[in-house]
Amino acid sequence: MSEVALPLPVSLEKNRRLDRWLRFSADGLLQVFSGKVEIGQGILTALAQIVAEELDLPLAQIRMMAANTATSPNEAVTSGSLSIQESGAALRQVCAQTRAIYLAAAAARLGVAADRLRIDAGRISCADGRHTSYWTLAEDPVLAHLLEREAGARAPVKAEDDYRVVGTAAARLDLPDKVFGAPRFIHDLELPGLLHGRMLRPPSPSARLVSLDETLVLAPVRALTGVVAVVRDGSLLGVLAESGRHAEAALTELARLAVWDGAPSLPDESSLADWLKSQPADTRIVASKGATDAANVSRTLSAAYAKPYLAHASIAPSCALARFDGGRLSVWSHSQGIYNLRRDLALALAMREDDIVVQHVEGAGCYGHNGADDVAFDAAWLARAVPGRPVRVQWSRADELSWAPLGPAMAVELEADLNAANELIGWRHTIWSNGHGTRPGRASSPALLGAWHLETPFERLTAVNAPLAAGGGSERNAVPPYDFPAWQVVNHRVLAMPLRASALRALGAFANVFASESFIDELAHATDVDPIEYRLRHLPDPRGRAVIERVLERSAWRDWQPGEGRGHGIGYARYKGSGAYCAVVAEVEAEQEIRVRRLFIAVDVGIAINPDGVANQIEGGAIQAASWTLKESVRFDRQRVTSDSWERYPILRFTEIPAVDVDIVRSGQPSVGAGEASLGPTAAAIANAVFDALGVRVRELPITAERILSACD
Amino acid sequence: MRVNLLVNGTRHQLDVDGDARLLDVLRDTLKLKGSRFGCGANECGACFVLVDGAAVASCDTPMWAVEGKSVTTVEGLGTPEAPHPLQRALIEEQAAQCGYCSSGMLISAAALLLRCPQPSEGEVRQALERNLCRCGSHNRIVRAVLSAAAEGTLS
Repeated sequence: MSEVALPLPVSLEKNRRLDRWLRFSADGLLQVFSGKVEIGQGILTALAQIVAEELDLPLAQIRMMAANTATSPNEAVTSGSLSIQESGAALRQVCAQTRAIYLAAAAARLGVAADRLRIDAGRISCADGRHTSYWTLAEDPVLAHLLEREAGARAPVKAEDDYRVVGTAAARLDLPDKVFGAPRFIHDLELPGLLHGRMLRPPSPSARLVSLDETLVLAPVRALTGVVAVVRDGSLLGVLAESGRHAEAALTELARLAVWDGAPSLPDESSLADWLKSQPADTRIVASKGATDAANVSRTLSAAYAKPYLAHASIAPSCALARFDGGRLSVWSHSQGIYNLRRDLALALAMREDDIVVQHVEGAGCYGHNGADDVAFDAAWLARAVPGRPVRVQWSRADELSWAPLGPAMAVELEADLNAANELIGWRHTIWSNGHGTRPGRASSPALLGAWHLETPFERLTAVNAPLAAGGGSERNAVPPYDFPAWQVVNHRVLAMPLRASALRALGAFANVFASESFIDELAHATDVDPIEYRLRHLPDPRGRAVIERVLERSAWRDWQPGEGRGHGIGYARYKGSGAYCAVVAEVEAEQEIRVRRLFIAVDVGIAINPDGVANQIEGGAIQAASWTLKESVRFDRQRVTSDSWERYPILRFTEIPAVDVDIVRSGQPSVGAGEASLGPTAAAIANAVFDALGVRVRELPITAERILSACD
Repeated sequence: MRVNLLVNGTRHQLDVDGDARLLDVLRDTLKLKGSRFGCGANECGACFVLVDGAAVASCDTPMWAVEGKSVTTVEGLGTPEAPHPLQRALIEEQAAQCGYCSSGMLISAAALLLRCPQPSEGEVRQALERNLCRCGSHNRIVRAVLSAAAEGTLS
């Protein structure tokens, strides 16, 4: 097989020991260690399917172990829709090699050639009925060390045609616990002697704590019932108490008495795009192709789009536990990157990484870099004040909506040069945005909120972008998928960061696809071409064309009956230019507000490990994108984020949710992630449908009644 | 104060601060972790429990308000061995992603089916309107509730 000559999958290359990934345990189960974590996306189930497939095991014999810095392979961060590509590929290869190793051992034990053996449910048997099993061999003292070795050259893996578990809609392994209310979330974790911590956040991002009188404030608060300690370092202030309620009462008292200073530091939320465009920036041409034939430009069309700051708005406010025992720190966290978190905790607390263990425990859906890492620092910092006692810190709803990193606001301008025949001969895509990444583990200063408020504060980080080859950040999906003869993508990475920004699901792809797929529709209308025809004419990639064709079919696009206030629209993208292909058709009705009635989605993720999981992620992403597109915007005044409750940060509710039809196009190509592919195309499809319904082009999100009215002017 | 209440069919007599939140007592004192903290202000539905058959936000219900009442949490709806039809349907439809909102959804749906055993889709959506889901599992949840109702074997 030519595949054997390929290098090992990246995650396996970095974590070559086979026993770092798999362990046949004494209870007849296989423990599987992935460095990727469950964040509500169902990844552990999909990875278990890959393992079950390659080792010929039933899913019931597999236990996916939560990641832990002491025991798991280091797979950095669970982000970018890369877990199937990274952990899935590594586990598939680990299992193929493990299978070969055990087959060879079984062959020697049974005295037959390995190719005469078959494996079924972990039982390894030969034609005459003699048999052994993975566990029998693993428990044999002579063979017990079979996996204590590094991965060798690539072993052949199963062909897709032989799949029995991969490609099936296996039920989520974690769902029963969640449906029956069994303790499974980090919020449910209890440790003996647990103390409850709460943090007092400043009244604005730039405020400093100037006064907290020992006699008048600290002593009386410490004397409150249940309070164990009040801990302060500069502007960082927290309380420890015997119960959450006692901690919250103390916090209320501290908030009442603390005196802060700080000048207004936030921009005017009503003119965010102008603000972004006026700031100092790191400006780069991030991609280009050819050069516009200037002599033939007959006219240039342009349009400016914008997206506000968005909140991750997890249903669970972040939570963490930590215990500090004699120089060693244990942390329980729902971080997306436990190793990265460990590194930044070591930086912030001046400890050695080897003295810190971070254990992953599931949180609610996170949708990107939320408060998980920050609250882990809070817990660790407080735990140092009470050695030996575990500390649990629970953020409030307001903390989560206003102090966790936000998805950055963006301004996008598009220009198209047309020749006399109305053909597009040049395309320019220009972005103004903060970078989309301030994740932990990547800079010289810790990316942990509390560390920026210490008496000797760590430097606040400015968000950066991953290289475009790795998917990019602000510029994600800004390179057109179409065969235009010339284009240029310019990214202005805005350096001022008055509101903390970092990765939110799909990163820049959401705004870039919203803008560019809106602009494609605008160009089609301006040149009297059907918007579908316009896309197909310029889209060479057959997989892209296939999802568009499929979604047209599913939505009966060509049979659409126009009606008063009704419209339909399309959006298309291949996520990151290298991931899943996705086309969305939206059908909307304009009432007092825009209502999205139906979304039709066609997606090609290559081989779908779990088609139901793919459909769930694609539908979920589309509904979240509909919520962002129609409703969401982080609100703030010049001092602080004001959208700190669900009332002030509304999201789409049940009666507003569109019907969603997801169709998976089978291409047989290598698997890619599904988590972020549908968001950008959904926004564009809705915007294009609104134009179809009302003849009004809304270029600034969210598409509210107010925005429609102002777009009419 | 001393509060008498029935939780999942078991009688409890609790010495608590009357202003303590029902959610904290359920989670921290009775160790029933199925009801979730989401906002503390009755704005998201994650903490819903049945109080005498109605879906109530336990996060802003003080203990004095449940004196003598019957509280049912998600743990009281059913067990893996004897699941409530809604729990079975939620698994059957794979109607969750992160699952953090699931308990509250189940409670709202159970309250609906108690007062309206055969709801329309619109009635299901209306009944779940106070429950937030961020993952976008809404349509699956609606299908699960309708399927449980169709099963018509409610306990």
